[in-house]
Amino acid sequence: MTAPTRTFGLEAISQMFQQAETENRAAFLPYFPIGYPDYDASIEAIAAMADAGVDGFEIGISFSDPLADGPAIQVATQKALENGTTVRTCLQAVRALRERGITQPMLMMSYANPLVAYGTEQFVLDAKAAGADGLIVPDLPPEEAGYFADVCAREHMALVFFLAPTSNDARIKLAAEKATGFIYVVSLTGITGERRDLSTDLSQIMANIRRLTDTPLVLGFGISTPEHARMMNGLVNGFIVGSALVRAANQGTDAVSKLAQDLRNSLD
Amino acid sequence: MTMANYLKQGAAVPDERGYYGEFGGRFVPETIIPALDELKAAYEQAVDDPAFVQELMHLQRTYTGRPTPVTYAKRLTEHLGGAKIYLKREDLAHTGAHKINNALGQALLAKRMGKQRVIAETGAGQHGVASATAAALLGLDCHVYMGEVDIARQQPNVFRMRLLGAEVIPVSSGSRTLKDAINEAMRDWVTNVRSTFYLLGSALGPHPYPKMVRDFQSVIGHEAREQIQEEAGQLPDVCIACVGGGSNAIGLFHAFRDDENVDFIGVEAGGLGVDTDKHAARFGDLSISRPGILHGTRSYVMQNEDGQIMETHSISAGLDYPSVGPEHAYLRSLERAYYTSATDEETLEAFQALSQLEGIIPALESSHAVAEVIKRAPTMSKDSVILVNLSGRGDKDLDTVIKALEGSL
Repeated sequence: MTAPTRTFGLEAISQMFQQAETENRAAFLPYFPIGYPDYDASIEAIAAMADAGVDGFEIGISFSDPLADGPAIQVATQKALENGTTVRTCLQAVRALRERGITQPMLMMSYANPLVAYGTEQFVLDAKAAGADGLIVPDLPPEEAGYFADVCAREHMALVFFLAPTSNDARIKLAAEKATGFIYVVSLTGITGERRDLSTDLSQIMANIRRLTDTPLVLGFGISTPEHARMMNGLVNGFIVGSALVRAANQGTDAVSKLAQDLRNSLD
Repeated sequence: MTMANYLKQGAAVPDERGYYGEFGGRFVPETIIPALDELKAAYEQAVDDPAFVQELMHLQRTYTGRPTPVTYAKRLTEHLGGAKIYLKREDLAHTGAHKINNALGQALLAKRMGKQRVIAETGAGQHGVASATAAALLGLDCHVYMGEVDIARQQPNVFRMRLLGAEVIPVSSGSRTLKDAINEAMRDWVTNVRSTFYLLGSALGPHPYPKMVRDFQSVIGHEAREQIQEEAGQLPDVCIACVGGGSNAIGLFHAFRDDENVDFIGVEAGGLGVDTDKHAARFGDLSISRPGILHGTRSYVMQNEDGQIMETHSISAGLDYPSVGPEHAYLRSLERAYYTSATDEETLEAFQALSQLEGIIPALESSHAVAEVIKRAPTMSKDSVILVNLSGRGDKDLDTVIKALEGSL
């Protein structure tokens, strides 16, 4: 059951970027794992960030072996699993957030195995029914994503692919052809986690990709401060912050809310 | 013995995308996809280059000590009263296990690709030692990720790696065993991908690793197929090898793949029993093991209902891994290979039996294969032949065995 007042899926994501563009800023999409520090606190953190005016969400499903993640997210997702968080719990969380009236687009972030174990098609259907708008799967490159892509396309759900500083033109063209919703550009060769400084050749990396595609580009990995966020305007269509928000959650929902607010305000 | 280029034997699998039937592939973050493409191209070019192949074979002969012999296990055969048992003696290869075959091949490739920094993961420490050895020989910087649990139970190998000039990096995440060491090695590779060669130790991971590791290890079967015909006057009726990731097994099986009358048996770690939750029998307990995706490849994975990877148990660190190389999943699906398991207890009995009857102390990993020989040989006729891959020697395991057998020795 989707809220009738809300546009859905690819359309919702596209509107999100259009809205940010009319405001001459980048869209801000926080990542947050369901079940950290516990289920209720993760719902509260996401609701508080929605109130702070973020543009969309990357909703984290935890995995025992998160090989693209750094220590902050490793620890948080491990805790979420110890708290009994499952794929079903995460879908339930999305439903609960929609019932609270949260309208921003939500993309489910998961490594491939929990989704395959759930059943790829069933997951896409259930995620859609819960109110999610797309999928982000960091260990699923386009050439392995055939079945995921077919089901997502049929259901008008986004399936986001990644590009990295190592991606050559052929990889950029492949991601541009296959990605729906947006392309997730990894800012550096590495894993998730806060960095003091962002790469100095970001504008060159983005220009290199932009030359070959009109698909919205969302930057992630390392972005953690309002100063970083301010640099995103004009550089990208959107950006993702994860580890810094997860770390803030150690100090409680207020700290998450404040950081999200600071990041959002820095864009105006 | 002829030394044809076994790296270039035509094989039906994998296909161009790295698939063995429905298993295999490349399920990795985008950052390292270009590195896998580069590796695949460099590997294909290297095996076509006679200079590379000659250098590898020269090192195998003059450094590793290849060919390793095939030994007739006369007293074990008489003791069991059935099939004649022959041992392929990878325990006699330099560094004491088959791992050196792959490590030397990949280290030569790293050097050829101009990558000065190599990283590796290790469980029992054998691959770490082999990588550190190859790096020392070729003047490369070597960093080995090893789970804290494995560091504690394989101390001699930790010292060996450090003596050889490698840095051993303890891994404290997850179950602190081989699976987590691979996670950390992959995180390192993602971070340092331009300068670093990932020297992966088993026939698993994203394409082209399962194929490349198989090909480097297929020297085992390539030699053994000739040797067994000289020693036994026939091909074996059955080849037996232990299976963690499965590199020693695939290295033995591969050369016999077209010999339809040669059966393959892979022996997994049965731990405390496949009816308990303390084992690593990926093919032995299909209630908790099914096709899934771990470490970049689609294969059988021990996982809970929610797709979370399960912790495994084995007395042998080298078999303590929740997934298995994709080609084994494929051979099983074709019923070309058959997989069974040996418990910790059966393994310890086999460890002692081979020591006392043949004067050969096997690695605990290899002892799983010997345990299957002990079960199977008595059921076979006296003119039949078993070829078992003795993949490593057991010196590294003495602490573990002393503790396990406390009071009975």
